[in-house]
Amino acid sequence: MTHIPVLIPAPLLLAAFLVPLAGMLHKGLAAAVALAGSAAAAAFAVLGLGKVIAEGPLHYELGNWPPPVGIEYILDPLSAFMAVVVTVTGFLSLVYFRPSARHEIPDRFVTGHAVALLLLAGLSGMVVTGDLFNLFVFLEIASLSAYALVAIGDKQAPVAAFRYLILGSLGGSFYVLGVGFLYFATGSLNMADVAERLAPIYHSRAVIAAAVLIAVAMALKMALFPLHLWLPDAYTYAPSAVAGLIAPIMTKVAAYVLIRVFLGVFQPSFAIDHIPLLPAISWLAAAGIIFGSVMAIAQQDLRRMLAYSSVSQIAYVGLGLGMANPLGLVGALLHVANHAFMKACLFFVAGSLRYRTGSVRISDLAGMGRKMPWTFAAFTVAALSMIGIPPAAGFFSKWYLLLGALEVGNGWFVAAILLSSLLNAAYFFRGLEDLYAKPGGKEDESRVAEAPVGMLMPTLLLAVGILVLGLLNSLIVTEMLMPVASGMYQR
Amino acid sequence: MNLAGFFANFTYVVTTLLLVIGLYGMIGKRNLIKKLIGLSVFQTAIFLFYIYGAVQPGGTVPVWDARFAAAAQYINPLPHVLILTAIVVSVATTGVALALSVAIYRRYGTLDETALLERMKRDS
Repeated sequence: MTHIPVLIPAPLLLAAFLVPLAGMLHKGLAAAVALAGSAAAAAFAVLGLGKVIAEGPLHYELGNWPPPVGIEYILDPLSAFMAVVVTVTGFLSLVYFRPSARHEIPDRFVTGHAVALLLLAGLSGMVVTGDLFNLFVFLEIASLSAYALVAIGDKQAPVAAFRYLILGSLGGSFYVLGVGFLYFATGSLNMADVAERLAPIYHSRAVIAAAVLIAVAMALKMALFPLHLWLPDAYTYAPSAVAGLIAPIMTKVAAYVLIRVFLGVFQPSFAIDHIPLLPAISWLAAAGIIFGSVMAIAQQDLRRMLAYSSVSQIAYVGLGLGMANPLGLVGALLHVANHAFMKACLFFVAGSLRYRTGSVRISDLAGMGRKMPWTFAAFTVAALSMIGIPPAAGFFSKWYLLLGALEVGNGWFVAAILLSSLLNAAYFFRGLEDLYAKPGGKEDESRVAEAPVGMLMPTLLLAVGILVLGLLNSLIVTEMLMPVASGMYQR
Repeated sequence: MNLAGFFANFTYVVTTLLLVIGLYGMIGKRNLIKKLIGLSVFQTAIFLFYIYGAVQPGGTVPVWDARFAAAAQYINPLPHVLILTAIVVSVATTGVALALSVAIYRRYGTLDETALLERMKRDS
């Protein structure tokens, strides 16, 4: 038995407890402990992914209690892939967290690091667990950390955090109610065991109710239109360091839970034949893609524009899942990784801009391309990727989604994907034009310097990562995602 | 539903009522504390649902006793344990929400959502 699955959340939890202690001695030490814990988790995730591809799924029985009685942690190709996305993006976000938090939220520097680690522990735990109720516990660890982190932002932040808390807890409660229905219907909480026991009772009303409750719960958590209401304010008023941590990965993990439950615990045909949940998700997602893009165009605040863009981008993942074919799922999973990198990069740039100029208005981007050349080079790469220009990564996930939409023969989905690329171009080119074409404002050119190295390095790494993901996409798809996707649909 | 059916499902009827009341509080009420009360009622309804699922008429406490040989003679302890965890989560959520309400009241001097949204707009 290998310990790798549990070694992904464990160092994060351990570091979360050590950080406040280290912070009593020295603030720098606290940040170092946080980085070490997060680096260890990322290293184990990458190691686990390599092992899973070479040897097949890894199972870990917590406390040596064999499943289905005990809790089981599973690293299969899907969860290993997600764990790498979460922990690697999380690590880069923590690198960025230190200088940004020191500047924006100096009195919450140590506690901020500790709660950020709890958030990452919760998210990585949700990814590796094979137990439905354990997933709820990790979900709430991640969510409570997110509410607390959002609340330390601007003056409006506690209000945004409160609304996030009410809707988020509603989502968590729906999930636990749904799991209750599943438990009383099957007598088990282990995902693999529940999957087996569910198959003969798909027609049961309790099972259908459970599916609906879990779908609504995760749609709330992933901010799937029209349940996205908590997201724009939360991302806008959160501290820059926190937005860079939450925006790239939080909603993706909820989408992962949907994939796990509706393609893993249930057979894919259940959520189409017995109750049309997957089609509903795909139509809402198609509407959300357009809605998010249109709202993004209307914004004056860079962070709010990025937040609405997130509403649109997470809907791509929902669309890929809802199409219920392997190509769509490949596109969805590839988009999870791509968008994690793109959105982290863009929020880092917004944070760096705020660090140097104190403003995040889109109109203040004018001339910044010359004042902060490296930061905005990264912004340009991420923006081109969002629009979908190859070889940036964003093009390829949209390509697979498009292939998936063509395979199901739904012209509306094709139109939504293409139209949203045009809309993305509209709101990003507006920024790009200001950056490079317009002369700077009255402000003295010499006063605005490039972002500090601690913020610039993760931003640039992500920009390079976007290009690397784009160039390696065929490898990722053929070696990893295609087998995952076809495996989930061939049961 | 006839009267006998109603009493047979009495707990589920109450659970559903509590769920609806909680949902109304969360969405229909404008005061943040009332929203929080709604959330608590909603979560409590879920606890009730789980605990009722564990009931075993005539069953005994889930501690091994030689007089009770069959598993069906014991109350199912698992839902109780799950709900113990869920209660901890719910208490933590309430705590965070109350802390947020204090922060909101200190900054804006009100807990009414309509007034808050207006004042937030003025700030941004």
